[in-house]
Amino acid sequence: MDMVLEADRLGKRYGSTWALRDCSLHLPAGRIAALVGPNGAGKSTLLHLAVGLLKPDAGTVRVFGRSPYGDTEGLADIGFVAQDTPLYRDFTAAELVVVGGKLNRRWDAALARNRLAQLGIPPDKPVGKLSGGQRAQVALALALAKQPRLLLLDEPVASLDPLARREFLQSLMGSVAESGTTVLLSSHLLADLERVCDYLIVLNASQVQLTGAVDDLVAGHRQLVGPRHDGGAIGGVAAVVRASHTDRQSTLLVRTDGPVTDPAWTVRDVSLEDIVLAYLADGSTQTSHSEWGVAA
Amino acid sequence: MIEFVLDSRSKVNTYMQLVQQVKQALRVGLLTPGDQLPKVRDVAQSLAINPNTVLKAYRELEIEGLVGGRPGVGTFVQRTLAGASLPNQAELRDDLVAWLHRAQAAGLTAEDVIALVETTLRATLADDAPQKEPA
Repeated sequence: MDMVLEADRLGKRYGSTWALRDCSLHLPAGRIAALVGPNGAGKSTLLHLAVGLLKPDAGTVRVFGRSPYGDTEGLADIGFVAQDTPLYRDFTAAELVVVGGKLNRRWDAALARNRLAQLGIPPDKPVGKLSGGQRAQVALALALAKQPRLLLLDEPVASLDPLARREFLQSLMGSVAESGTTVLLSSHLLADLERVCDYLIVLNASQVQLTGAVDDLVAGHRQLVGPRHDGGAIGGVAAVVRASHTDRQSTLLVRTDGPVTDPAWTVRDVSLEDIVLAYLADGSTQTSHSEWGVAA
Repeated sequence: MIEFVLDSRSKVNTYMQLVQQVKQALRVGLLTPGDQLPKVRDVAQSLAINPNTVLKAYRELEIEGLVGGRPGVGTFVQRTLAGASLPNQAELRDDLVAWLHRAQAAGLTAEDVIALVETTLRATLADDAPQKEPA
């Protein structure tokens, strides 16, 4: 399988704090991947490393087999929309399309104009005066005009209202269907992601908690409800991701390596959101316990 | 051309919802051989879903021999699920409507009717080959 992005023990440090640490992951071509984690988990740092805006302090990151830092030639294949869609706010959308043409080797101005016309974006109004949703659409249209093979989007819908968010995801899915671009988008909004993304990377506390194809992850996790469990092995369970107990009952979210047939357990399918939340909760308790110097 | 809708509260995953909607349309004769399914791009855009999900649904229908892809043109219905029963459905529907009015007059709520139909269906058709519905 073709890998678009590969990170091997990738790390980035700000002063003495690791923003990203021991990050190893692969993103296969043609996927729409979600990069999920709470604020400060290292999502933006990973995206900035992938687009070459930051230099790794440890390990390597490769995009289409090339190291992105300082590689201006490789940049032509990467589209990046940073958080809060920074655009030159005094420029009109029409002017930005022209500027993009001057700054990029590969540029499909007609594609950008068509998209913006279809969305009803006024060409002659400074983009600073557009709504947040319209500005996000302008930024997306500009990124797509580059015809990137990898599109990186940092929190593209976080600041949008529900309608603008849906419209943004609609244009993104429509254009990806046409171009076959691989997409990596960071978000902390889980609800939107289940339908949009087919690949998942969960970051928490600067480390990768979970990565893989969504179908495999959903098929490989179950929720078990049964009598209070003291930590012994359960047939078919590879690992317990998260457990909660009452005095009689235990509820476990587990990674399975086979069918769970023990009749003591009621087995339920889980959603992508259940899995993400279980891994995030797991990571955060570990960190806070070690930071406070007490046993978990 | 049919239009897909998604039930966001359904536990059925997205690609299976698309498969089931095509099959439903084939069963009631809304889609017949030669009809084109919506383009992958259009479905992905209008529902804001991953185009790979639409492809997966169409591939599943293709494996079952219900539709066929023509490269660069689109995906077309090859077979119907309505079968010989379709012409009889109108008459059966009239019978059902009459029966439902009687059920209503007898004080049955919609839930009562569904429960009655489900239990009776299971009891009556129990001897037939088990119908396997995808989970």
